[in-house]
Amino acid sequence: MKKRTSYFIVYLIITVCLIPSCFQEDDHNKKQAKLVEKVSYNFHIRPILSDRCFVCHGPDANKREAGLRLDIEEEAYKAFKDDSSAHPIVPGKPLLSEAFLRISADDTGILMPPPASNLKLESFEIELIKKWIEQGAEYEKHWAFIAPRKVSLPDIKNKKWVINEIDYFIIDQLEKNDLSPNQPADKERLLKRVCLDITGLPPTLQMMEEFLANDDVDAYEKIVDVLFKNPAYGEKMALHWLDISRYADSHGYQDDYYRSHWPWRDWVIHAFNKNMRYDDFVSWQLAGDLMPNASKEQILATAFNRNHKITEEGGVIDEEYRIEYVTDRVNTFSKGLLSMTVECAHCHDHKYDPISQKDHYQLFAFFNNVKEAGLEHGYRSAKLPVLEISDEDVKSVLSFVNKKDTGKVIVSVMGERDSLRRTFLLNRGAYDAPAEEVFPGTPSAILPFDEHLPKNRLGLTQWMFDKRNPLTARVYVNQIWQEFFGTGIVKSTGDFGMQGDLPSHPELLDWLAVDFMEHGWNIQRLIKQIITSATYRQSSVMNRKKIDHDPENKLLSCFPRLRMRPELIRDIVFASSGLLVNQIGGPSVKPYQPKGIWEAAASSGGIVGNLGVYRQDHGESIYRRGVYTFIKRTVPPPSMIIFDASTRDQCEVKRSKTNTPLQALVMMNDPTVLEASRVFAVRLHEERNKVDDKIFTAFRSILCRQPKEEELRLLVNYYEQTLRSLKPGNVDKLLAIGEYRLTTTGDKNSIAALMLTISGIYNLEESITK
Amino acid sequence: MEFDIRKQMALNVNRRRFLSKLSLGLGSIALGSLLVPDLFKTNNDDISDFIPGVPHFAPKAKRVIYLFQNGAPSQLETFDYKPKLREMFGQQLPESIRSGQRLTGMTADQKSFPLAGSFFDFQQYGDSGAWVSALFPYMSKIVDDVCIIKSMHTEAINHDPALTFFQTGFQNGNRPSMGSWLSYGLGSENKNLPAFTVLLSRGIGNGQGVYSKLWSNGFLDSMHQGIQLSNGEDPVLYLNDPEGMTRDMRRKFIDNISSLNELGFKEFGDQEIVTKIKQYEMAYNMQMAVPDVFNVTNEPDSIVKLYGPDCLVPGTYASNCLLARKLSENGVRFVQLYHQGWDSHANLPIEMAAQAKDVDQASAAIITDLKQRGLLDETLVIWGGEFGRTNFSQGKLTKENYGRDHHPRCFSIWMAGGGIKPGIVYGQTDEFGYNIVSDPVHVHDFQATVLHQLGLHHEKLIFKHQGRRYRLTDVSGNVVKDILA
Repeated sequence: MKKRTSYFIVYLIITVCLIPSCFQEDDHNKKQAKLVEKVSYNFHIRPILSDRCFVCHGPDANKREAGLRLDIEEEAYKAFKDDSSAHPIVPGKPLLSEAFLRISADDTGILMPPPASNLKLESFEIELIKKWIEQGAEYEKHWAFIAPRKVSLPDIKNKKWVINEIDYFIIDQLEKNDLSPNQPADKERLLKRVCLDITGLPPTLQMMEEFLANDDVDAYEKIVDVLFKNPAYGEKMALHWLDISRYADSHGYQDDYYRSHWPWRDWVIHAFNKNMRYDDFVSWQLAGDLMPNASKEQILATAFNRNHKITEEGGVIDEEYRIEYVTDRVNTFSKGLLSMTVECAHCHDHKYDPISQKDHYQLFAFFNNVKEAGLEHGYRSAKLPVLEISDEDVKSVLSFVNKKDTGKVIVSVMGERDSLRRTFLLNRGAYDAPAEEVFPGTPSAILPFDEHLPKNRLGLTQWMFDKRNPLTARVYVNQIWQEFFGTGIVKSTGDFGMQGDLPSHPELLDWLAVDFMEHGWNIQRLIKQIITSATYRQSSVMNRKKIDHDPENKLLSCFPRLRMRPELIRDIVFASSGLLVNQIGGPSVKPYQPKGIWEAAASSGGIVGNLGVYRQDHGESIYRRGVYTFIKRTVPPPSMIIFDASTRDQCEVKRSKTNTPLQALVMMNDPTVLEASRVFAVRLHEERNKVDDKIFTAFRSILCRQPKEEELRLLVNYYEQTLRSLKPGNVDKLLAIGEYRLTTTGDKNSIAALMLTISGIYNLEESITK
Repeated sequence: MEFDIRKQMALNVNRRRFLSKLSLGLGSIALGSLLVPDLFKTNNDDISDFIPGVPHFAPKAKRVIYLFQNGAPSQLETFDYKPKLREMFGQQLPESIRSGQRLTGMTADQKSFPLAGSFFDFQQYGDSGAWVSALFPYMSKIVDDVCIIKSMHTEAINHDPALTFFQTGFQNGNRPSMGSWLSYGLGSENKNLPAFTVLLSRGIGNGQGVYSKLWSNGFLDSMHQGIQLSNGEDPVLYLNDPEGMTRDMRRKFIDNISSLNELGFKEFGDQEIVTKIKQYEMAYNMQMAVPDVFNVTNEPDSIVKLYGPDCLVPGTYASNCLLARKLSENGVRFVQLYHQGWDSHANLPIEMAAQAKDVDQASAAIITDLKQRGLLDETLVIWGGEFGRTNFSQGKLTKENYGRDHHPRCFSIWMAGGGIKPGIVYGQTDEFGYNIVSDPVHVHDFQATVLHQLGLHHEKLIFKHQGRRYRLTDVSGNVVKDILA
């Protein structure tokens, strides 16, 4: 093993040196140009045309040059209007195809794309296009607009490795690329991974012991079932949904006052915990208020569409902002639920995808009839229309809302006007430039809106969950895949359009999507398929060949190591130190935060308002899970933002994952981590055992595995060195960090040294990585 | 071959390709971090393929200090002298001049629009003969070093969208701020300080708040986000070690975790672990570098005199100006200040006098100070707000008191240094100070000009996100060539 490791390092160094030449996608394409016998429009040609040509020769009618359209077969084949002898594309005959002659021209006066556009085709791309025309210039419908279907499982060699269907598709690609999958991760690491992935909490020491001791073949599946029953599952699953839904605790514009939408967040957690079907989960949120005899719960769910920012700036023009809110709903619906970038069509026809400006406003019409104002006069924590939640409700129909105080809480929800508000296409997207009237409808390129469906949000949900809809299931399956593997099967989670990434495993995506629909949109079933697969259970160890052949690990020849979200980093710190207050739901909490940052940013109106001054909570509230941390949009919690959390300004389907020195500063100096280290140290100090055992336990609780001999030695050395060098004055100051009081008669120096040792463990890369 | 972490860390690889192509084992911030390396050398002949870290042509300016006057100071009490408004005191704004300009919700219901001349007198200064109001005695002395633009105009009529438009090129936000674009485009000159920093202060005038979206990285990597600094206890959030921890203890602490992280790298071969080790080193260096910059106790009396005594009072505009100079001098690419309180809807004479007192001396001091250090040539300094103010009074007009509502059609800013022509006044407004009559400068033109001075072509500084190529100037903008030296 040791020898292998050192070889591996050599390989890695060589690999890293080679990266510029071997990791480029361009090179990959070049190879493909030679390799592919049959050029595919979808996989080879459209990405080029879309990226470099469609801006002027694509779906946007107003920006179309020379009347030429290359995104539609008939248009590309037919003669030019002004020269009937010339054709943009003549199948089989590149040298008669005007488009080809122009892209391969030497004369920059006729070269396409024109140099002034700052766009350019590479020579291998021109070669590909030539070959494609030679082979008949066959067009294909964009993959994402063809309804998914299940193909039979691929024929593979390594049948011993596979556990379920997912693995067939994964290993098929690995075998074709001459890569082998990894062995399963060791039991400790697998347990950590699955616990963090399902509940967002690390396993307890007891769970670790039991799992290590259990050699049953189904030990892993049993753990999975236990974890699903833990209500922490709902809290974990809510995180991604809150990003999509741009949930926050303030209204978001200038003065940025308090918003009371947390009962909706409680509902999301509740819905995941009862494993609500995905179609119901979404339909309630989009149209709960329109359902026959809508219950209060169904109406509460519609707050999804009212989580957008709402202005409180005195001088705004009402209609300008009302239009803004409706547009936000359209964007959230299309990006979050359908992975289409419809917002481009707010001002003009989409330049890449077959979404016209009219399509955009037809979708807009579904969300345009809310009984709302652009600017409400007088402050309220929710804006009309609102749902009032009383003590009675909380005792009965809304029992999942964690409301402790008496008094009503209000949530902005959807509610239709009595008369229908007419919808107009807006020129350039300007609120004061209405053009033709439009009516509710959906982009026909995705799926035409059935005549028989009601032309309202209820009809829209039926369209969305129509089995012929090519996007809905694929999009959610892809997001769930991303939740576990860090990257979706389609990497551009929010864009399944022409400019988006192609799926790495198209057949797997389709198989999962169809299977998901066939089994009642059952979210837990889908997750269980993923996490019981051999693909998921692989170890994270990389080797030279894997990095060399597949630097992004698209083919999943190992499990990707992933840094946790900041909410879960917080959870890991609290759960391992014993500080976690495990309570579901309720108003968001204000834990420690650097002084003065709300105050410095507040407006004159905001500073006197209810969120002008940060009033930190005390006691239990500051040890709640990260999902409950208060989000003031104009000044979001810094320790979260530094770790790439969403500001919740708009729908977000994928967070970036950065690694910065500010993150190091948070882990070292946030009183949250220091306090947890102190409390953990005091607790361990009370135990009657050797220091080695205390450090062993701390390490195991935080990293969820036993330390190796060398690791323990380094930590014990550090402890002893620190103990020797601590000065009494420093000890008292260190032990005063944080509000949590824990009395002890133990030796302060030893406790402080242990505290710093534990703080060091929290700062390890592996501690916040799954 | 034995594992050598130093060798790993020293590997000089092509950063752009790393960042764009490789996620496994490196993540999006491989060698960069928040502290973006400066000017990476790359060979690329593809003009459309922007290379972060390399300017498009020889830059005139290396750094920017943007003194944002948040809330929108009136052009009519600063640099745009309109005696006609005094003559026509109390008379109605002619409809022919207003010509359909939309009004904010605050004056939409107002029945009359009485013209209000400046309460403050104007005089001409310097060789350029620029008009400056009596509110700005210090700035009036530097008019020959600056270019006053009187013909700025914008699209938004409310603060939030207008501020966002100025900073990100788009009213709705969710796009990278100007400083983020520069961090992305040019990287940092100092690896121990962020490339883009933000300093906040507030006057007694009506304040309109600032929002972190104004210094957001948008869809760029978060290493490009503006880092808010304050000269309170913790200049950078979480920078200070806890009380009771000495530098030596911190050093040993980091050495300990680095040794352990190295073991992790041996096991997994994940480059992300190497990056993590480097980030702790950078954090340690930052802990030393930032307080150095923030230490103003060594500044000579002449400097304190230049910026005014407030420059020693943490949190004031003057103190932020002094810090801005120090940060910029130390290689911070973009220093953004916001001073709140210019939103004079009512009590304008009192509020504006107080605001001017806050900013006048220190704003002028930056120019003088940079000049005496030989840095003005390579530092672009900008002073201005997000829109202008109406020439008619909002609310009751008296000889002593009036207010002004928001006005997008014209307003004044100034720019200095960094290859901008000094001692000129650019653009003209009509005698009512309501419409531009010559040389209009749209916000996107202004942004294109700023990028140009830093060696970046605003149409080529692009980032592809969600299938679309985005730029700071959205879909318009022309460099204002007439103001270039």
